[in-house]
Amino acid sequence: MDLLTIIQILDSTVRLATPLLLACLAGLFSERAGVIDIGLEGKMLVAAFFSAAVAAATGSVWLGLAAGVTASVTFALIHGLASITFRGDQLISGVAINFLASGMTVLIAQDWFSQGGRTPSLTGGARFSEISLPGATALREGYRETIADGVEPSGVSAIYWDLISGHTLLVYVAIAMVPVSWYVLFRTRFGLRLRAVGENPGAVDTAGVSVVRLRYAAVVIAGVLCGLAGAYLATGLAAGFVKDMTAGRGFIALAALIFAKWRPWYALFACLLFGLLEAVGNRFQSIDILGIGIPTQFMQALPYILTVVILAGFVGRAIPPRAGGEPYVKER
Amino acid sequence: MSDDATTPAIELVGISKSFGPVQANKDISMRVMPGTIHGIIGENGAGKSTLMSILYGFYKADAGQVMIRGKTAEIPDSQAAIAAGIGMVFQHFKLVENFTVLENIVLGAEEGAWLRPSLAKARKLLSRLSEDYELHVDPDARIEDLGVGMQQRVEILKALYRQADILILDEPTGVLTPAEADHLFRILEGLRREGKTIILITHKLREIMDITDTVSVMRRGEMTATVATASTDPSRLAEMMVGREVLLRVEKTPAVPRDVVLEIEGLRVVDEKKVERLRGIDLTLRAGEILGIAGVAGNGQSELLQVLGGMRAAEGRVTLNGRDLPLEGPRAGARFRRQAGIAHVPEDRHREGLILDFHAWENVAFGYHDDPAYARGLLMDNDALRRDMQAKIEKFDVRPADCWLSAKNFSGGNQQKIVIARELERNPDLLLVGQPTRGVDIGAIEFIHQQIVALRDAGKAVLLVSVELDEILSLSDRIAVMFDGRIMGERHPSETDERELGLLMAGITDTDADPTLDEIEANLDLTGQRTP
Repeated sequence: MDLLTIIQILDSTVRLATPLLLACLAGLFSERAGVIDIGLEGKMLVAAFFSAAVAAATGSVWLGLAAGVTASVTFALIHGLASITFRGDQLISGVAINFLASGMTVLIAQDWFSQGGRTPSLTGGARFSEISLPGATALREGYRETIADGVEPSGVSAIYWDLISGHTLLVYVAIAMVPVSWYVLFRTRFGLRLRAVGENPGAVDTAGVSVVRLRYAAVVIAGVLCGLAGAYLATGLAAGFVKDMTAGRGFIALAALIFAKWRPWYALFACLLFGLLEAVGNRFQSIDILGIGIPTQFMQALPYILTVVILAGFVGRAIPPRAGGEPYVKER
Repeated sequence: MSDDATTPAIELVGISKSFGPVQANKDISMRVMPGTIHGIIGENGAGKSTLMSILYGFYKADAGQVMIRGKTAEIPDSQAAIAAGIGMVFQHFKLVENFTVLENIVLGAEEGAWLRPSLAKARKLLSRLSEDYELHVDPDARIEDLGVGMQQRVEILKALYRQADILILDEPTGVLTPAEADHLFRILEGLRREGKTIILITHKLREIMDITDTVSVMRRGEMTATVATASTDPSRLAEMMVGREVLLRVEKTPAVPRDVVLEIEGLRVVDEKKVERLRGIDLTLRAGEILGIAGVAGNGQSELLQVLGGMRAAEGRVTLNGRDLPLEGPRAGARFRRQAGIAHVPEDRHREGLILDFHAWENVAFGYHDDPAYARGLLMDNDALRRDMQAKIEKFDVRPADCWLSAKNFSGGNQQKIVIARELERNPDLLLVGQPTRGVDIGAIEFIHQQIVALRDAGKAVLLVSVELDEILSLSDRIAVMFDGRIMGERHPSETDERELGLLMAGITDTDADPTLDEIEANLDLTGQRTP
C-alpha cells in the first residue's frame, strides 16, 4: 500500500466521519442536558430529504441547507415537547421520530418528484462544491507533472492537496464544531448550566435557573447539528436524497458518543474511527488475509460490528450524565 | 437586613396549600424575628416541608401572604426567593456530584457569560466566607469525593454566596455524625451572631432544645403552637406534635441473654466496584437480646444486613443456631434465610420492603408466597392473603385499616407497620431490622419500638441497624459501632455515651483523647462516604 492509497483512504475517512461527527455532537449537547436522543437518525433523515428537495427545486444549496436545518429543528422541538414539556418517555419519543422521518420522507419524495421515493440528482449550485485551499491546485499540478515526467513522486504533498484541501464547507464546519463545542460546554456559563442540568436538574432549579429552557436550548442545538449532518449527506457526500440514506448513521453516532464518554474531542476520534472502518470497507471490497477470503459484506459491516462491541460495553465503563432520560419533576 | 429589630425577617399570614384532597398547610401564620434561630418541628407529613417549599418558590400557596422584612413578597420561583435573600439547604443536597465545590457555588449565580472570571471572583469571595464563618472546604474538590458533612457546608456556602440573610435548613442533621452535627450548630450560632435569620426544620426534639430561640410546632398541616424554646421542654413539644402524651424513652427491662443464635466470623464483602465493604466482621448474638449496630450511613451496615438477609454474597462464616448458613450460591437466597428462621425488615422499605403500587394484602405475601397457607392447589389463595392482612392490620393498628389500599397510600409509619407485621408475625428466631423508624412519626416510633422489645422478651434475637444514635442507645442491650467495614468496638449502653460512640463512628478508637473536628472530618473523608 503506497502513501497515496493511505491518503485517499484517510480522505474518504474524513468525508464519511463528517455526518457522524455532527450527529454525535448533536447527541452530546442533548444528552449532556439530560435528554436522551435516539432520534438523531430521524432528524438527519428529514434534513437530508428537505435539503435535497429544496436544493433540487430552487437550484440553491444554501436554501436547501436552510430547509434541512429547519426540518431537523422542527423534529427536535417535537422531541422536546414530548419529553421536556409533557415529560414523556424520551426513548419512545425518539423512536417515533425515527419512524415518522423514515415514512414521511419517502412519501413526500414520491408525491413531489415521482422518482420512486428519491429526489432528482443534484448538480451544480444545488450541491456543496469542494473548497480548494490556497496553493492546493498548484501542488496537485506539480504532482501530476512529476508523474508525467516519468518520476515516481513521494506523494507527501497529497496530504495537503487531497487530505486537507478539497472538502466541502460542512466538513470544515464539522471539525470546527469540536473545539467550539468544547469551549461552549466547559468555558461558558451556558455550558456549566447545561452540564449541571444533565447531572442534577434539581440543583439547577434550586439555583433559580429554568430547567425547561436549558433543555430546550440543548435540544434545538442538537436539531441544528443534525440538520447540518443530514444536509451534508444529501447535498455534500451524495447528490440527492434516496430512501433511508442515513443507513443507521444516527445510531452509530450514538455509539460513538458512548465511546467518546460524552466529550467533544473524544467524539472526534471516535467518529474518525467509524469513518475509517467505513472507508476501509468501501475501498477493499474483498481482501485475503492468510489465504482466507474476507467477504465484502463483512468489510462493509465493520462499523456496525464496532457499534455492537461498544454498546456491549467492551470499551470500559462509560458513565453517562446522571439525569439522562429522566423528565424533571419538581420535588421537595 | 432590616435595621429595625422589631420587624420580623419573615412573616407568614394565613398560608394554605392543598394537593388534591390533601390539605398540606391550613391557615398558617408565623413570624420569625431577625437574628434568631427558629425551629419548626412536626411529624412526617405535618406540612413542614411544604411550607418551606412555598417560601422558596417551589409551590404557590392557594391562599395567604408572605412578608419579608415587613414587605409583601411574591415568590413565584426560586429565583425570586434568592433575590429576596432566602437560602435553602435541602435534606437531599442539590449539588452536582461531578462538579467541583467552586462550580457548584457559582452555578446559577455566575457573573457573566464566561466562566473563568466568575470562578476567579467566587474563589476570592469563598475564602472570605470560609474565614468569616469557619466553613472550610477545598474549592477544587469534587463533590462526590467529599463526606456528607462537607457537602452540607457547600450548600450553606452556596446560600451565603447568594447573599442570603434568611437561611432555611431542612432536617440538616439526618446524615451527620454527632460531632459533625455539633460543628454545624456552631456554624449556625456564628451565623446568628452575624445577624442572619435561620429556620431549622427537624423532627429531633433535642436539636430544637439545644439551639433554637423560638419554636413552632406543626401537626396535620396546622401550626399548633409557637413558643419561646426556653419556656418549654421536650415532652411538652412531643405532646404538641402528636396530639397526645408520648413516651420518649423506650420502656424495657434488662435483657436476659440465653443461647447463641447468630455467630459471625470473618465476614467479608467486596462489592460490584471491587470496593471492600465488609473487612472481616465478627459478631455474636444471643437469644433474648438486641444488638444495635451504630455507624454513619455507608460504613457497611447495609451490606451486613443484606448478607444476613440473603440479598448479597459474602465470604466468611455465619452460623444460625449452630448450623452453617451458605453465603454464596443458590441456597444463600432470601427465601432460604426466611425458611431458616430469619426475618428481615429492610432499611429501605420503598425499595426492598414493599411494592408501593400493590395493595396492602399483596404485600403481605412477599417472602412467604410459597407458604401452603396462602395456596389453593397451584393457585394463590387471595382470600387467605386478605384475611391474613386484615388480621395483621388490626393487630398492628395500621391506619387506615383497609387491606385494599395501595402500599403507597399509607403514611411512612403505617407502611413500616405493614412490613413489621409481615416479618414479626412469622415468629422468627432472628430479626434483622434496618432503620426501623426512618421517616416514621413519633407516635408510630413508640409502637414499633415496643414491638421490637416484645420480640426480644419472647426470647428472640434482634440485630438492629440504625443511624439514629438515640434509637441505638435506647433500644439496644449491646452496641457495636461500625466504621469503614469494621467493628470499631462493642459497648454497653449504660457504660457509654453519644460522645464516645460518635468518636468510634468517626473511626477514632482512642476515645480518651479529644481529637479536633478537622481530624474527625479528615478521617471521615478518607472513606469517601457519600449521601446514601
